[in-house]
Amino acid sequence: MAVAESLLRVRDLTAQFTTRGVTSQVVQGVSFDIAAGEAVGFVGESGSGKSVTARAVMRLAPEGSSVRWGGAVHFRGQNLLQLEERQMLDVRGRRIAMVFQDPMTSLNPVMTVGSQIDDMVRRHTGVSRAAARRRTVDLLGLVGIRDPQRRANDYPHHFSGGMRQRVLIAIAVSCEPDLLIADEPTTALDVTVQAQILRLLMRLRQELGMALMLITHDFGVIAGMVERVHVMLRGEIVEAGAIDSVFSDPQHVYTRALLDAVPRLTTPGRSA
Amino acid sequence: MAERASAGAPGRRGGQVLVALGLLMLTGMVVMAVFGPLIAPFNPSATSPDSLAGPSAAHWLGTDSIGRDVLSRLIIGGRTTLLITFVAVTCAVAAGLVLGLLSGYVGGMLDEVIMRALDVVFAFPVFLLAIAVVAALGPTVPNLILTIAIVYTPTMARVVRGPVLSVKRWDHVEAARSVGVSEFAIATRHVLPMVVSPILVQTALTLAHTIFTVTALSFLGIGPPPPDPNWGGMLSEARQFMELAPLTVIGPASAIVFATLTFIVLANGLREMLDVGSR
Repeated sequence: MAVAESLLRVRDLTAQFTTRGVTSQVVQGVSFDIAAGEAVGFVGESGSGKSVTARAVMRLAPEGSSVRWGGAVHFRGQNLLQLEERQMLDVRGRRIAMVFQDPMTSLNPVMTVGSQIDDMVRRHTGVSRAAARRRTVDLLGLVGIRDPQRRANDYPHHFSGGMRQRVLIAIAVSCEPDLLIADEPTTALDVTVQAQILRLLMRLRQELGMALMLITHDFGVIAGMVERVHVMLRGEIVEAGAIDSVFSDPQHVYTRALLDAVPRLTTPGRSA
Repeated sequence: MAERASAGAPGRRGGQVLVALGLLMLTGMVVMAVFGPLIAPFNPSATSPDSLAGPSAAHWLGTDSIGRDVLSRLIIGGRTTLLITFVAVTCAVAAGLVLGLLSGYVGGMLDEVIMRALDVVFAFPVFLLAIAVVAALGPTVPNLILTIAIVYTPTMARVVRGPVLSVKRWDHVEAARSVGVSEFAIATRHVLPMVVSPILVQTALTLAHTIFTVTALSFLGIGPPPPDPNWGGMLSEARQFMELAPLTVIGPASAIVFATLTFIVLANGLREMLDVGSR
């Protein structure tokens, strides 16, 4: 892989958490690249370090914990781990944005969804209130919300889970970031809605030319979504490769186990 | 949050009735205070030979020991007492908001320093602290306000800090951070609005306590100096003659009870309406 092409270059990333004097290393020397416009998947079970890896890219420490990052996260040639916090504010949301797992709790319940998107647009582009609102309405339309003009004035509790996830995606892509990180974006949703959200992410990725870092525990989700996949286990990448070859010829025992864990539509009783 | 606020539970409706009643009482009091000089039938400081008189057509609540109209003094005295109360509580709420938010949101060493400093203030009995401050600085209205603000700031800061500690871990806060919202904007726009309910209830309760504290301090002679009337001072002056002219005591005492009750009713109504304390 040509180094010049990569948008994100992570080398030897480590993450150490200290809780009440006890130190645990949850990411141990992870390295990977993501090229501009590329879609890359990260698969692993809970606690495998995939979410922490994603947060390292945004340098977001889970609230209430102190974390020490090690290694390097080069994004467009800059090592994000060495930037000032003030400079990070301009990277977050503008260059790299993130979609979270639980749309029910990721929106501010006392602000209308429109004003939450307005805030984002204004924060990063400094346009007028009216211009920001026009952009908001466009964005809501882009993510497939009907009658966006009116819905912008609704509160989050007026929206279903799938709709809220669309709103969160609208917020994430509002500044047309170079990289979108989706951390289990469909885990909290109904199966039918899951497919819609995944299709939306694919469409936006193409329309906006974003790279996508898709984190999930479910091989079924990343099939057809990404070009390459990394399998994580206990803070390390145990297998990496093109999605087709990993699917057809998994090398690592754990990858095989994960693939076998995907439920198939066969006669009831035989799949278990 | 949204789920809690949706249902029209009986507690909510009862709370709304109480809040409406409290607001009505409050409005009555504020109108009396603001338009006091127009409403009061006499100059509150004007004396007359007719001292310690019972109720009459001219003096509805009679006169005090040097012949001043009790009703007029009650109306004008309410201005002083309510002014001190409102300004002091506003200061306490503002200081409590800033300190509680800083303490809860920033956490760490700052939290420790602020909370321990407030513990020191908290450890003093209210009256001891008030008497000490007033004795050191003199019994003027601004000093009284300062004293009461200091006394009630720690409680308010704690009421703010508690919910902030939990709200700052909510997902929408991390989501806001992930799109580059600054810490200041997160604290003020995404955390503070979530903790408004307990703050409102505590403010109403503090107002009730403060009415009591202000009048008690005046009663003890460390309130605003005479001859301007205030409820606590009136009570103190009338005490010696209460067998001869009971209305001179009953008047200010009723006013104090009414004002305290107003804020208690408001606090209870808000508590039920906003469902504070049941989470």
